[in-house]
Amino acid sequence: MSEEVQGTTSSEEVQEMEDKVISPEKAEEVKLKARYPNLGAKPGGGSDLLRKRIQKGQKYFDSGDYNMAKAKMKNKQLPSAPAEKTEITGGHIPTPQDLPQRKTSIVASKLAG
Amino acid sequence: MAGPGGDMQWCFSQVKGAIDDDVAEADIISTVEFNHTGELLATGDKGGRVVIFQQEIENKSQPQFRSEYNVYSTFQSHEPEFDYLKSLEIEEKINKIRWLPQKNAAQFLLSTNDKTIKLWKISERDKRPEGYNLKEEDGRYKDPNTIMSLRVPVLIPMDLMVEASPRRVFANAHTYHINSISVNSDNETYLSADDLRINLWHLEITDRSFNIVDIKPANMEELTEVITAAEFHPHQCNTFVYSSSKGTIRLCDMRASALCDKHSKLFEEPEDPSNRSFFSEIISSISDVKFSHNGRYMMTRDYLSVKIWDLNMENRPVETYQVHEYLRSKLCSLYENDCIFDKFECCWNGNDSVVMTGSYNNFFRMFDRGQRRDVTLEASRENSKPMQVLKPRKVCAGGKRKKDEISVDSLDFNKKILHTAWHPQDNIIAVATTNNLYIFQDKVN
Repeated sequence: MSEEVQGTTSSEEVQEMEDKVISPEKAEEVKLKARYPNLGAKPGGGSDLLRKRIQKGQKYFDSGDYNMAKAKMKNKQLPSAPAEKTEITGGHIPTPQDLPQRKTSIVASKLAG
Repeated sequence: MAGPGGDMQWCFSQVKGAIDDDVAEADIISTVEFNHTGELLATGDKGGRVVIFQQEIENKSQPQFRSEYNVYSTFQSHEPEFDYLKSLEIEEKINKIRWLPQKNAAQFLLSTNDKTIKLWKISERDKRPEGYNLKEEDGRYKDPNTIMSLRVPVLIPMDLMVEASPRRVFANAHTYHINSISVNSDNETYLSADDLRINLWHLEITDRSFNIVDIKPANMEELTEVITAAEFHPHQCNTFVYSSSKGTIRLCDMRASALCDKHSKLFEEPEDPSNRSFFSEIISSISDVKFSHNGRYMMTRDYLSVKIWDLNMENRPVETYQVHEYLRSKLCSLYENDCIFDKFECCWNGNDSVVMTGSYNNFFRMFDRGQRRDVTLEASRENSKPMQVLKPRKVCAGGKRKKDEISVDSLDFNKKILHTAWHPQDNIIAVATTNNLYIFQDKVN
């Protein structure tokens, strides 16, 4: 719904008319505030967004937690009590020949394929 | 239909990477960079790997030459690490690769993840020694008593082998995440920038670096802005710029003081306060800053636009190009799906007449500064027949959608082109989609 500007109009009236046509950005802001009424009052979310940005990355409890998570990602079988290895543990000092071959975990990039 | 730059017609040349849609996270391309001659093209990915392609040119003497980029070397640059003090993972993702100008037969590049920068030497070996006195050909040592005469080992030709070896590791200098590295024109130093600090290194020295910018507030609660990108001036070795999340660029002169917290120039476009919204600051955050080759201008990329700044004019950019203005009415959903935080890069062509940047739906945009023309092109497998000319694309913002146009709501926001690179001399471009690298060439090169 548009209104015609007739004759001389005060700047306030012009501003009112312009406000009726809300900028797309402001319209989006209204939408966002409607969905998340608790969003930070400061523009740009203030330092919350920045602090989230600075501390990116998942926090782990400790290095054990990290290594477990990595192992799960690679779907490795976690040995509970490997029967075939019992003679290695405790029986004698293992030599390189006794240890399983360490598989290379690094896969080549598909760009080089 | 002539594109920007007069008769430039972009054609498909090559595509690298897997075809299947199931993308492994490690294969996500995180950086693309040509070396100074354009002969080599390096990519880095989320899995910490670097792949280098080398250009092979057919019919070099003819004006319409065809070139092809083939795998030259690939290596694992960075591996995932665990920060024991903070209990945080350090990603192996390669954030940036920067080539050093070539000084001898070998090539050198700097690659960085969030915390550690590495200098890699890539060298060719096409000869091997034969005829050792003390060793057999298979490497076993001879019984010295059987050696009756001496001979001089000779170098015989062998199949070309390209080796990459880490020559320097620049570690433990960044508390926050490294977003940029930039080699100085003096060829001796380089800078690395994280969210709050910029450090200056000497390429030969790994156990020391100088802090040249520190914007960390005494109280982190007062944090209002972070460093988003930094670059050295291409010719003036004392000058560098850094951009911020608030849309400002600071130019610093290292001759002025040891710590460049006080800028020499501050580039900022005044904002109309009545237009300010919740999104204003987020979309004004600069995701990339690049000097022009001639060193007179710099280009910045924020969420919706590309701006060209004259280094002599701080109060506003000389040119502004809208990349995807139709997204302004989608900011709410783009905030919800985090796309509003996507960091697009931008690049100049060799003679600074055209600039390029990526967008969504695997679209990328080119702006011809002189001819005031722009074009939207798409990197997709459908347009990948050899030398197929790319058809310009158009997004329909609203209202009636014409044939061949795409409506804003049909755009795929998971298909983002964040990294693009332009050959330093020729009209050859490298465009990275999520996990594929497209190489396009001007039909009349």
